[in-house]
Amino acid sequence: MPQPTNLELVHVTKRYGATVAVDAIDLKVPAGCYCCLLGPSGCGKTSTLRMIAGHESVTIGDVLIGATNVTDLPPAKRGTAMMFQSYALFPHLSCLDNVAFSLKMRGVEKTKRRAKAMELLERVDMAQYAQRVPAQLSGGQQQRVALARALITDPQILLLDEPLSALDPFLRVKMRAELRRLQKQLGIPFVHVTHGQDEALALADLVVVMNKGRIEQAAAPRDVFERPATEFIARFLGGHNVIATPSGPVAVRADRVSLRRNGVGANEARLTASVRAIEYQGAHYQVALDHPANSDLTALVSDEVFAAQPLNVGDNVSVLWADQDIHALAPAS
Amino acid sequence: MTAKTAIDQTGAPGWLQALPFGLVFLFFFVLPLAFVVIVSFWDYNDYEMLPSFTTRSYVETFEGCLAELPNLCTILKTYVSTAKFCLIVWLATLLVGFTIAYFLAFHIKTVTTQMVLFLVCTIPFWTSNVIRMISWIPLLGRNGLVNLALEKAHIVNAPLEWLLYSPFSVTLAFVHLFTFFMVVPIFNSMMRIDRRLVEAAYDAGASGWQTLWNLIIPLCKPGVVIGSIFVVTIVMGDFVTFDVMGGEQIASAGKVVETRLNALQFPPAAANAVILLGVTLLIIVGLNRIVDVRKEL
Repeated sequence: MPQPTNLELVHVTKRYGATVAVDAIDLKVPAGCYCCLLGPSGCGKTSTLRMIAGHESVTIGDVLIGATNVTDLPPAKRGTAMMFQSYALFPHLSCLDNVAFSLKMRGVEKTKRRAKAMELLERVDMAQYAQRVPAQLSGGQQQRVALARALITDPQILLLDEPLSALDPFLRVKMRAELRRLQKQLGIPFVHVTHGQDEALALADLVVVMNKGRIEQAAAPRDVFERPATEFIARFLGGHNVIATPSGPVAVRADRVSLRRNGVGANEARLTASVRAIEYQGAHYQVALDHPANSDLTALVSDEVFAAQPLNVGDNVSVLWADQDIHALAPAS
Repeated sequence: MTAKTAIDQTGAPGWLQALPFGLVFLFFFVLPLAFVVIVSFWDYNDYEMLPSFTTRSYVETFEGCLAELPNLCTILKTYVSTAKFCLIVWLATLLVGFTIAYFLAFHIKTVTTQMVLFLVCTIPFWTSNVIRMISWIPLLGRNGLVNLALEKAHIVNAPLEWLLYSPFSVTLAFVHLFTFFMVVPIFNSMMRIDRRLVEAAYDAGASGWQTLWNLIIPLCKPGVVIGSIFVVTIVMGDFVTFDVMGGEQIASAGKVVETRLNALQFPPAAANAVILLGVTLLIIVGLNRIVDVRKEL
């Protein structure tokens, strides 16, 4: 087992000419932590990952892995391994030789490196496909091979660039669980770039939400969801209503909003609005509301409540929420 | 399935669509080739061809070859010499072509510069083949620029004779003319390589040379084979370059055919053409064994 290692970014900045892709970010990923870098495309999350991996030079700042400053080291000397988006498996090599590739580059003898590669393939349940080339594998199988290839050097940190985005939704959920299990089993930090908030919430110990090259919030998934720091996060995560109040914007979770038909409970209503659209989503109904000051108000109404008090498009409703569900936000930067 | 049936129902039948090109192929390739094979088995005298079946042209081509063994008879010597040129030119164009393609594909970052430099590579093709060859003469001749420069610099005392009308000048002209045929398919192969693969190799700790050897070269094999087919077939069948650059002193397989044609001996010319075709096809089959080119197309 590798030594438990933590990752630290100190004031890391990436500039491409005049544009700043990553703006002086500081981040500590403790040993054994599953960290997700979350944000919309162009927020700098991939640049950050590539700087940690050593595939992108750091303009200003330092990357520390354990006690070592790795800022100027090549990837293979950092103890990191990267799993690429759409896997980047070598198309001319069998799975076995793909996994054994980095050992070959280190001059490990053929039988030895193949034996080790076979072990790794067994760990990801791909031993029976060892002789196939990547084109003969499904997306999920390719991902397992890519994972085995990344792990063969016993990396101290595994970096994953949108690892699940090429999979269909069903497989994505399945592989998500496997990644999580593998990370706990290996005990090394995983840094995982994604633009899917459900993925980040499901996987991570530490969710790092990025926007415009800065970290907006770095916290446990529950903290991020329940107490989003900024208006941007509340909007990006979804499931929140951002409501303008005289004292600044506040977030109210959509599932904490309740609706009464007009007249009922009008005196305690926070707002009155009209129903724009109703979408049935299985366990609940998503009710989109029209309100002059707040354009995209949404309420998630559980199916039981909805059945007891059905709503129709065009209905005027009182919108209610409790004081403890109000969460003040920093305004969008 | 539905898309397939839709195509079947709308367009003209498949055989009709294939017909125009089939006819071109038949009249300009299959029929002439068939005539060549047929004529190669005809008899001839000093002034006409005699349509009868005989292997005379083949027998005469290889006359005395068995008796002279282990020494090589003229025709075998010619083929060995042509094959040697072929091999040297192939190696040189491969080396130069691969290097140029690599530079264009991996070191030039912008597509515009790539295209401009690629067009620069085509400049040799802006003039006719013969003019390109002749332009070497003022450079390489006995009193040419190279010899003058060498003498002025006191590197040599007498002009170098092997610069022109020699195997060297023939090889040089071939490499000059045909490197581009190597560059194009290899460049094409290289542009298809996903750049993330190169990063993945770097991530795995591969040095530049290791990446070249373990990743770039294997993935360029189809391009190399296609380029090789161009170069090998052209050099094997060439006689103009041999004549102009070799001062009509160097024999080649193509030259044998030409000599017979000039003497109006069509059956032996056809027989030699068939032999040349056979040898060239053997080389190409050999190359195809190494790499399945169809995957590339």
